[in-house]
Amino acid sequence: MSKDREPLFSKKNRALLTDPLDDDNPITVQVLGICSALAITVKLEPAVVMTVSVIFVMAAGNVIVSILRNVIPTRIRIIVQLLVVATLVALVDQFLKAYAYDVSKQLAIFIGLIITNCIIMGRFEAFALANGVWKSFLDGVGNAAGYGWILIVVAFVRELFGSGELWGIPVIPQLIYDLGYQDNGLMLLSPMALIVVGLYIWIQRFYNRKLIEKD
Amino acid sequence: MEDLANLFIKSIFIENMVFAYFLGMCSYLAVSKTVKTAVGLGYAVIFVLTITVPINYLINSYLLAPGALTWIGPQFANVDLSFLTFIMFIAVIASMVQLVEMIVEKVSPSLYGSLGIFLPLIAVNCAILGGSLFMQQKDFINTLESAVYGFGSGIGWFLAIVAIAAIREKITYSNIPDPLRGLGITFIITGLMALGFMSFMGIKL
Repeated sequence: MSKDREPLFSKKNRALLTDPLDDDNPITVQVLGICSALAITVKLEPAVVMTVSVIFVMAAGNVIVSILRNVIPTRIRIIVQLLVVATLVALVDQFLKAYAYDVSKQLAIFIGLIITNCIIMGRFEAFALANGVWKSFLDGVGNAAGYGWILIVVAFVRELFGSGELWGIPVIPQLIYDLGYQDNGLMLLSPMALIVVGLYIWIQRFYNRKLIEKD
Repeated sequence: MEDLANLFIKSIFIENMVFAYFLGMCSYLAVSKTVKTAVGLGYAVIFVLTITVPINYLINSYLLAPGALTWIGPQFANVDLSFLTFIMFIAVIASMVQLVEMIVEKVSPSLYGSLGIFLPLIAVNCAILGGSLFMQQKDFINTLESAVYGFGSGIGWFLAIVAIAAIREKITYSNIPDPLRGLGITFIITGLMALGFMSFMGIKL
């Protein structure tokens, strides 16, 4: 398939892993996978579980689609891709129900919605259909990690300011509460997730000016 | 009848797909640059939701739910196929979307052109699968109820995307800080709109 054998972690391959963390972040730059990113970021724990699940589905899915890419007829490729994702997600769902029941209750339908997480379909279409297995694997892990990074940042901010906890453990000392500090209940409401992401984009683009949109 | 009206209003405003659950965000953000395309995509979503939710309701209650297979024979009472939910639902949705794609291509080629990649992506619009999965959680008593729910959710999504598209058309000429231009400000506006929609919460009709 490839003309020259390049090392497993050549510069290009490493870029596949690292680009999605900043320059080509799925959420803040490619605008993919927003839906689930916002609904489950009230606390860190579900956000981390979601990240791990998406990394698994994304990496495995990209590999499968990449293996099948020469066999899938173009007209029905979307259905095939959806079936691949749906199968993987069903696996994750059953696994979580068995080993992490509480979290799986919290995430509820959002595990199912990984199927329609546009990141996954978007990367299948844009990358796995045109690239080899190893590259697709790296691309999958990279993009899922970029997605997870935003999830964790947002969840961190919301849990810290919203309930004064991190991972369910109170971190703001009682002393500060005694001085009159109060948790910001607004942070727990879902619209704040959007605003936090909006602010993140602002900060990111302030430092990374090539991402600024021109009309 | 009253119940249906109640459900309808509730699914449009109180449980709005975009502002309460953040479903269908990707296409909501990407196709909302002009009102015209937003309206087109909105219609397509209403149509697909109204069809897929009742179909999935039937599939769920006659095939997938625990004990759903009793209509074949009493020996199937213990069969629980609910682990197949995702695969069945998404297969129905994907085929319906393909159908809509063919209809739009035939009826309105200009709309087809402007929707571009986002038409097939309705299949992965979380609002559609979300509608079916919420339907499964809600235990509707008949197909009509699920159809009303699907239709209402579709209209809610339609209103949301048209509203944001209108706002984005207006703010093109506003003086926004450069790094916030485009995506950033859209996120923040959506957040503020969602806060507004929260005022509907708890309303009983």
